[in-house]
Amino acid sequence: MNDARRLVSVLAALAVVLLALGVAALFVGSAGLSPAAVARALAGRAEASSVEAIVTLSLRLPRVAVAVLAGGALAVAGVGFQALTRNPLAEPSVLGVSSGAAFGVVLAQILGLQAGVVAALGVAVFAFAGALLAASVVYLVATAPGGLAVQTLLLAGVIVGIFFSAAITVIISLVDFNRLSGVIHWLLGNLAPIPAASLALFAALAAGGMWLILTRARELNLLALGEEAASQLGVDAERLKRQVFIAAALLTGTVVAFTGPIGFVGLIVPHVLRGLVGHDNRLLVPTSALAGGAFLLAADTLARNVVAPAELSVGVITAFCGAPFFVWVLRTRSRPA
Amino acid sequence: MSALIEFRDVVFAYARPAERRARAFAFPGLSFAIERGEIFGVIGPNSAGKTSLLRLLTRVVRPQRGEIRLDGRPLEALPPWELARAIAVVPQDAPRPFPFTVAQLVLMGRYPHAPRRFFEDAADVAAARAAMLATETLPLGALPLDQLSGGERQRALLARALAQEPRLLVLETAALLRRLNRESGMTILLVSHDLNLAAELCDRLLLLRAGEIARAGAPIDVLEQGLLEDVFGCRVIVDKSASGRPVVQLAYDRG
Repeated sequence: MNDARRLVSVLAALAVVLLALGVAALFVGSAGLSPAAVARALAGRAEASSVEAIVTLSLRLPRVAVAVLAGGALAVAGVGFQALTRNPLAEPSVLGVSSGAAFGVVLAQILGLQAGVVAALGVAVFAFAGALLAASVVYLVATAPGGLAVQTLLLAGVIVGIFFSAAITVIISLVDFNRLSGVIHWLLGNLAPIPAASLALFAALAAGGMWLILTRARELNLLALGEEAASQLGVDAERLKRQVFIAAALLTGTVVAFTGPIGFVGLIVPHVLRGLVGHDNRLLVPTSALAGGAFLLAADTLARNVVAPAELSVGVITAFCGAPFFVWVLRTRSRPA
Repeated sequence: MSALIEFRDVVFAYARPAERRARAFAFPGLSFAIERGEIFGVIGPNSAGKTSLLRLLTRVVRPQRGEIRLDGRPLEALPPWELARAIAVVPQDAPRPFPFTVAQLVLMGRYPHAPRRFFEDAADVAAARAAMLATETLPLGALPLDQLSGGERQRALLARALAQEPRLLVLETAALLRRLNRESGMTILLVSHDLNLAAELCDRLLLLRAGEIARAGAPIDVLEQGLLEDVFGCRVIVDKSASGRPVVQLAYDRG
């Protein structure tokens, strides 16, 4: 049908952008490799122990993969939360869900989960639990008789975020600093290359969450009619809400576990895409998965080159973009139609 | 042949009445039937149970005792999408802001016909088109619902319900009701505050008072002066319209 064709063409265009950004990201960086050296490493004609092979294949390539996965997962989580709350500002970091997940990760780290794929799974489980806890609290606080109040939801998210940030600070203060050496850096939201096994785990969890939301996209559209009207159309609204809620928390928790809390991707990407493909979640979810990846990849490439040889945290870049964006959406939305 | 809709001794009360209305509301045991092809009106004062009746019928809430049957089959036995293929409700309004266009809204009515389908197919689009044609909303298709006037908005919501191709259409306003019934023979349930509108349009009326049936039958039998004064708690005059239907007016004391 018409929508399907539109989806395919937008996805194809986004895939081209993503591919171009991915290639560009492989060729730039503080190591100062020549394009020819990078190409040699990519073609497998460089020695495994050579600088170009290590930098390109073990540092840049996995980092590109992490950026694409994390960006896509965060953007889809944003679409999920926005459809559930019928609020375009709802997003993992704004709702405090990222902070809950971060608390889970810090907890997992002081329990000794550090390296290896099993530990990574453990950290992801803790992050998921933290995300679920934070999202549930926000949801319960904001649910008034008669539905979710828009402003209350955002305030509840901010409060829950502050609470979990404080809880993280308590843990950091109590624990031997050396055991948490990387935590401060991680808390700013950083993309670091991760081992292949962990990367596969990351990909599997992210794909699972995105698939769940994608397959519920049509029902999520109907939710815009209100829960009662949706159920009168045959949607099991309670089950739908529960599933999407869990999937969005899973995506948030997974990203936080593998990269740290990176804010605003789930706000910026779906909002820009709505201008392009409209509000239909069936178009929004798959395009957000690709566009989110492209956005975070671009932000990360900027982050590791703009102050080279030092590096900015990618969370700083997304926050610098996201904060003014949030204000803009808030202002245009609250204006009477 | 069984009636299209049958309420059999339906007992229902909200678990937490305080959330709904100040006064505890309940159906102590409601029985009535809606026949195929008729226009059936439910009338009554506030908190008589009009909305609750509707929510029971669409299984948003479930009875504590008794049974509701659709075509002789208990409502409980039907999967949600099958129920939604049989009964369509035209809501009084959609939430605001509502982000979708009229065409997107109308296509939502096709969901119960293929809940597993990701995109609507050509048959869905054709059904939506027919519904928009019947409600004169076809030219509005590409517009966001939030840009329509009140009347256009109502017609778009009606089109969404018609796209469901239901056997029973539940309305709270009367736009296009007569024509739909005459042209398609569709059974219609009208839930209304407006006694005269209901009297003019409906074949039969059900007058509710605090969850109980005050009277059911033809408009001329239901809209009777003494009964109405008793149910609504005010003085009325019942007259006849040009078409021979009863017309109810408030009686003002001119002192």
